[in-house]
Amino acid sequence: MGLFDALIRRKKEPELEKTVQLGRVVADASRCVQCGICGYNCPVGIPVRDYARQGLPVSDAACISCGNCVNVCPRGTLRWETQAHVIVMDRFAAQMGEMASGD
Amino acid sequence: MRYVIIGNGAAGATAAQTIRQNDAAGEIIILTAEPYPMYSRPGLAYVLINEVPPEQIMARTLGWYEEWGINLVLGQAERIDVAQQVVWLGDGRSLPYDRLLIATGARATPPPYPGAELDGVVYLDTLDGTKELVQKSRRARRAVVIGGGITALELSEGLAHRGLETHYFLRRDRLWAQVFNDEEAALLEKKMRAHHVNIHYHTEAVEILGDRKGRVRGVRLKDGREFKCDLVGVAIGVKPLIDVVANSPIATDRAILVNERLETNVPHVYAAGDCAQVYDRWTQKHMLDVLWPSAVAEGNAAGLNMVGKPYAYEKGSPFNACLLFGLHITTMGQINPRPDSESDEPRILQHVSRGSSEVWYTHPRPYRSAWAAEKENTIRLVLSGDHLVGALVIGEQSLTDSLRYLIEHEVNIGSMFEELSAGGPRMRRCLMQFWQSLLPEPAQVS
Repeated sequence: MGLFDALIRRKKEPELEKTVQLGRVVADASRCVQCGICGYNCPVGIPVRDYARQGLPVSDAACISCGNCVNVCPRGTLRWETQAHVIVMDRFAAQMGEMASGD
Repeated sequence: MRYVIIGNGAAGATAAQTIRQNDAAGEIIILTAEPYPMYSRPGLAYVLINEVPPEQIMARTLGWYEEWGINLVLGQAERIDVAQQVVWLGDGRSLPYDRLLIATGARATPPPYPGAELDGVVYLDTLDGTKELVQKSRRARRAVVIGGGITALELSEGLAHRGLETHYFLRRDRLWAQVFNDEEAALLEKKMRAHHVNIHYHTEAVEILGDRKGRVRGVRLKDGREFKCDLVGVAIGVKPLIDVVANSPIATDRAILVNERLETNVPHVYAAGDCAQVYDRWTQKHMLDVLWPSAVAEGNAAGLNMVGKPYAYEKGSPFNACLLFGLHITTMGQINPRPDSESDEPRILQHVSRGSSEVWYTHPRPYRSAWAAEKENTIRLVLSGDHLVGALVIGEQSLTDSLRYLIEHEVNIGSMFEELSAGGPRMRRCLMQFWQSLLPEPAQVS
């Protein structure tokens, strides 16, 4: 990659961050059997398995949010996470804390 | 420090990575009998069904081993000299070790009746075996599949997809009688038929028949009839590969016995994955747990203990997800096909999984189950006291993550108990409402 491309990519960064905030593919490593169907069906060639097996969100800037990897995963390892998802889990954890202290 | 790992599967490769993360200088050697980098054995089913090409299920590249400073050695371990701390290979080479991990895995059990050696008896087991199976399926016309678990269904699905007339033999009158209720079994059986798998109930093979050239020509059934076929897919369980510890002081039962730190009875020797029988503190027994995620977790735990970071492995809550004939099936926690509301006797709740996993626990309290079904989607909850202890979800999986959360975190669902146990739409609505109540309030429009 030339310096020019690198500069362009850098310039685009803020925009990408915004996309990530709207949603991203996240993985549950405990479900992953590393079969690689996800990456095989990725139209832009992201090695999705390498994220999934480690339980990392697919943070590749090339992700076009098509959802193919989520759809083809035979084990339900991948899911689309939005900000709302995070808030629900946070609230749930808080509610559980209240339940526990109420006992 | 010199670490030797026998086996390059989920447990072995994971252990190697964990060791490297904690010991930058140690020498790490993985001894593998298969000429591939680590590959996904569950992925073999997807190769058979033609979802992915064989090279795609390689979960690591050779470059990965280089990058992590792991020396991959091709060879077959033959015996272990625990006094000298040396692994001897079949070809006479030897590998001295300071710490040894045995992660040899398991292989498919051959049928316990005559004919297992015939050409045309196939297993969904190794990459080479699966490639051979794909080759043979091109020439074959009619296949019989034997076995009661997930692998047997994957075999029949794969063979049917490859155009073979596929016959699935079922000993009983329905699928997975110890796990499914009638509706669940009927749903999966309907899907199997739609995928052109012929199900034969109350049918059992007692012998595989061969022709003069040693090729499969059919099977003999229990009632004496002959059933013609040219391929027999066998998935009746797996057997831990523990030949390497025969004639050594390393203790075995059905597999290599290890404690919660994955240590065998011999100092500096560990075992993990399908070849290990791990002590489980809840049941106070050594359990076989032939599942991919368990092998990964055990490999990680073994790696930590091998570098001197004591870590007690603990099994997670039973959980399994699979995709069969286009149906997503997820089992969580403890389930039984029928509620036993009349008796207060504790019942053993079961968990279905691939292979011969024994990860299920006796639940000491009576339970009841609740049921919701709509088209090809079903949810069955197992409720006990104020808790959800298990669930089986077929088809639409949008509630799976939340159900798993409720089960694993032992959330008190007392306030929802009545609605949930009502089943049907009330149960679904209650679960949906509960999750929606946690969603953020819509933004105020000024």
